[in-house]
Amino acid sequence: MSRSAHALRIVIADDEAPARSRIRDLLEDCAASMTLEVVGEASNGRELIDLLQHAPADVALLDIRMPEMDGIEAAQHLRKLPDAPAVIFTTAYDNYALKAFELHAVDYLVKPIRLRRLYDALARVRSITPLPLDVLRDLAPEPRKHLSVQERGRIALVPVDRILFMRAELKYVTIRTLEAEHLIEESLTRLEQEFRDRFVRIHRSCLVARDYIDRFERGADDTGEGGWVVVLRGLEERLPVSRRQQHVMKEFGRL
Amino acid sequence: MASINQNMHRDALPDFRNLGVMLRIVLIVLGFSALAALAQAEAWAGVLNQLVRVSAAVQPALMLSLLVLWALSGWLRRLPYVEGIVAVVLIELLVAAVVYQAAQTLAAGNPYTGLERYWLFTLVATGAVLYYFHLRSRALSPALTEARLQALQARIRPHFLFNSINAVLSLIRQDPVRAEAALEDMADLFRVLMADNRDLSPLEREVELTRQYLSLEQLRLGERLHVEWHTEKMPGDALIPPLVLQPLVENAVYHGVEPSSETGLVSINAYKVREQVHLVLRNPYRKQGNHHSGNKMALGNIRERLALHFDAEASLRTTVTDDAYQVHIVIPYRTQER
Repeated sequence: MSRSAHALRIVIADDEAPARSRIRDLLEDCAASMTLEVVGEASNGRELIDLLQHAPADVALLDIRMPEMDGIEAAQHLRKLPDAPAVIFTTAYDNYALKAFELHAVDYLVKPIRLRRLYDALARVRSITPLPLDVLRDLAPEPRKHLSVQERGRIALVPVDRILFMRAELKYVTIRTLEAEHLIEESLTRLEQEFRDRFVRIHRSCLVARDYIDRFERGADDTGEGGWVVVLRGLEERLPVSRRQQHVMKEFGRL
Repeated sequence: MASINQNMHRDALPDFRNLGVMLRIVLIVLGFSALAALAQAEAWAGVLNQLVRVSAAVQPALMLSLLVLWALSGWLRRLPYVEGIVAVVLIELLVAAVVYQAAQTLAAGNPYTGLERYWLFTLVATGAVLYYFHLRSRALSPALTEARLQALQARIRPHFLFNSINAVLSLIRQDPVRAEAALEDMADLFRVLMADNRDLSPLEREVELTRQYLSLEQLRLGERLHVEWHTEKMPGDALIPPLVLQPLVENAVYHGVEPSSETGLVSINAYKVREQVHLVLRNPYRKQGNHHSGNKMALGNIRERLALHFDAEASLRTTVTDDAYQVHIVIPYRTQER
C-alpha cells in the first residue's frame, strides 16, 4: 500500500483483538480497489482519542461496546478534534443500540462485517455528515465517563469520577478536580440531568460530587451571606448552599 | 407419538426423601391433629391439653411413617401410581397397628382409644396427604415443561453468538487450526443448548460445557479473561439442572470481565460436603456496569428451576462485596443410580 496523498486514513477501535484483526483483513481486501491505510488501532475509546491526537484519520471504525469508554462516548469527544474523522459504528449485537440507530438513521456495520458493506461504507465516507451531538447523547445508554476539554488545540479527557464540582460561569462551566480547573462549553442543566446519580445541585449555579462531600458548615463563605457552605474533601474552597437547596443537606444527615 | 406422550401429565408419588415433601407431610398431619383436638375438647381451655394427648398418639406413627417411607422411597417410585397409592395406604395402616400394639404393651396410661379409631385417623390423614401431593404435582407439571423452555431462554446471549462467529472468522486466515477447534466447541455448545433440557444432567457434563464456552470467550477476550477452576473435590456424577453453571459463568464474563480492560478473574469452585453439592462462582464486581436487569432475570430463572427440581433443598445465594460478586448454589447430592 503506497502512502499517497489521497489514501483514506483509517483507525480501528475494538476491545477484542480478533475483531480488529478481522477488520484489518477486510481492509486489505478493500485495498485492492481503493487506496487506504490503517494508521492505528485502539482497544477502547480513550486510547482512540489519544491516538487521533497525533495520528489524524479520515475514518474511525468504532465498536460500540468497549470498556473504559464506549464507542458512542468516544464519538462525542472526538468531534472536538480539529480534523475529526468520520465515524462508522460497528457492533455485533446490541438490541438497544440497533433500535436507536435505526431511529436516527445512523450508519453502522453489523459484525461479522461483510466485505461488500465495508467497501460501500468506505466509498461514501467522505459524504457522511457527522451526527448531531444531541443524537449521539440520545444514543448513549449511560452517562459519559469523561468530559472532554479543548486546550491548546488538543483534547484533554477529564474522568467524571475525579470532578469535585461543576460551576456555571457566564457561558462556560468550570469543572474542578483536585489537580486542576477546566472550562467546558456545556449547559449545567444538561450536566445535572446526565450525572444525576453522581452530582447534587447545591446552588443555582453549582453541582457538587456526592462522593466528595465531607460536611456542611455554617457561615463564612466567600460571599459573606452567612448561610450554609459545603466542605469538599481535599478542597480549601467552601461552596455556598443556597437557601432553596438546603433540603439536600438532609440527605447527608445534616439538619 | 412419543413426543405427545412426553407432554402428557404422568401421576407419580412424591419423593419421600425430599425435605420439602417431609415438611409438608408433617404440617398436614399436625393440622389434622389440631382439628381433632379442637373437636374433642369441651371448652377452649381444654384444647391445649387435648392437643398434647392427640399429638402423643399421632407423633410416633408420623415419625415412623416418615422413616419407613424414606427407606422404601425408591421402591415406591418404581410402582405404577395406583399400586403405589395402595402400598402407601397399607404401609400406613401397618405402621399405625405397630405403634398401637407397642403402646398397649409398653404404657399403661396410653392415650390410645381403640385401634379402629386410630386406623380411621390414619386413613383420613394419609388420604389428605396423598390428595395434596396429587394436586400439587398436577399444578407443577406444566411448570416442569415450562422449566425446559426457561432453560432454553437462559441460554447463551446472542451477543456472545455473534461475537464468537466474528472471532472465528478472524482466525480462519491466520490460524486455521484454532479456527477449527473453536468451531467444534461452538458445535458442541449449541448441540447441548438445542437439546431437550428438562432432565437433570451430570455435573461433569455441565462443567465440560462451561469449559467449551470459556475457551470461546478466551478467544475473544484474550488476556483479559482469567479463569480458575477448583474441581478437585467435585462429585462429577452429581445430577444438577442443565444450563445452570454455563449461564452463571456467562454472566460473570459479561458483567465482571468485559466491562474492564484489565484482567478479570472468574473462579469456579465445585465440591461436595456431606450429601450436598456446592457450586461457588466469583467474579470481579464493577459498580458502573450496566445491563443489571438481564443479570437478575438469569438468576431468577435459575432459582426457579432449582426450586422446581429440588424444592426447599436447593438454594442460591448471591453476595456482593466491594470488588467481588459471588453466587453460591447448594444442591442435594443425587446420582443416576438412586
